[in-house]
Amino acid sequence: MRLAIPLMITFVAGMIMILQFFVPATQPMGDSLQEWYMIVASAAIFLGAVNLIQVHTHKIRFKLKNWKYSPVTLIGFAVMIITGLVFGIEADLPFDYLFQQMVAPMAATMFSLLAFFVASAAFRAFRASNWRATLLLISAFVVMLGRVPIGSMIWNKIPLISEWIMQYPNMAGQRAVMIGAAMGMVATSLRMIFGVERSYLGGAD
Amino acid sequence: MSWEVIGIWLGALLSLCLYSFLYKDNPFYKFAEHLFVGMSAGYWVIYTIMNVLIPNWWQKLVPMEGGFQPIWLVPGVLSLFMLFRLIPKLAGLSRLSLALIVGTGAGISITAMLQTRALAQVNGTIIALGQGGGWFNWVSNIIMVTGVVCGLVYFFFSKPHKGVVGGAANIGITILMVAFGASFGYTVMARISLLIGQTQFLLFEWLPTMGIHL
Repeated sequence: MRLAIPLMITFVAGMIMILQFFVPATQPMGDSLQEWYMIVASAAIFLGAVNLIQVHTHKIRFKLKNWKYSPVTLIGFAVMIITGLVFGIEADLPFDYLFQQMVAPMAATMFSLLAFFVASAAFRAFRASNWRATLLLISAFVVMLGRVPIGSMIWNKIPLISEWIMQYPNMAGQRAVMIGAAMGMVATSLRMIFGVERSYLGGAD
Repeated sequence: MSWEVIGIWLGALLSLCLYSFLYKDNPFYKFAEHLFVGMSAGYWVIYTIMNVLIPNWWQKLVPMEGGFQPIWLVPGVLSLFMLFRLIPKLAGLSRLSLALIVGTGAGISITAMLQTRALAQVNGTIIALGQGGGWFNWVSNIIMVTGVVCGLVYFFFSKPHKGVVGGAANIGITILMVAFGASFGYTVMARISLLIGQTQFLLFEWLPTMGIHL
């Protein structure tokens, strides 16, 4: 029974979602189930938040490595929660202000930092060791050059070649990956619905 | 000093703290990093409450026009069960919530994946062959169709990659290498554009608050 009920729920929910696509009469049931899914899945963020609090209070309590920064995380978390709950999330209110002036610039900076790391990693990892690796290198180089003014200054056809690479060979590769991944996902989903794949039910004891 | 200027200073100082990591790991970076993690987590919790739970659950459980809809207690209880993962004795109940999430997600992904990631992509690939636009366009489309088919052959491991299959897989891997290179270049440029945006923010929004105009 410990496994039977969850497996039954998975089967019924999965079948309803597939059926609602083909049988219009089952669509309202499918829509409701999708709403339930959204609500239950959103609980995961609370699980993450509680875990974040647990990890950082644990670090503070036992004075683990870098514990002095944990209050910063907890205070930042608390400030966002309090301003959001007290003032709401509409524009020009404290929550929105904190997001626009602090979270958004930090997120942009974090992602822009990756430009340096990706470039340095590429410098170390990219070696024209065989003709395919050379092809990868050239393709990356042309696409990068095609997206900056210096590309067209070197040769006015570079942006066109970059666009062609993006539109044809890149699209072909992406489509092959996408179709392959879709097939894999369909197979895995079917295994889950029919109870063959049960690993997601593990680790709850 | 207006709130706008305070905001610019906050954003600029935190950005500089994060950029200091380019020199080496240091307390300023760690401070900004930890603050970013905490504030982002707080942001997503509030976002979920305000944009998912209130309109999709609370307003249906207790509608504005009055009345109580007990059926909506079910997803509420299942959400609560999800949190029971943190209590070892009750963690087994979270399986019910996971089962609903996995079952519904799997059901949605079968139809959605087949439609958007498989059939639509096959459709887009084949349709392109019939389009005109001169010999160059035609050759380009042939390269795309060949690339997609050979790329798929490369991912097909049920048959050894020998003979014709091996040849097709070889073409497939070549196309995939070009695609990965292009995707890499594209990703790098997206990061560079973020870097340019942040640099412009520092140069043209933050510095003027100190009277420095470039």
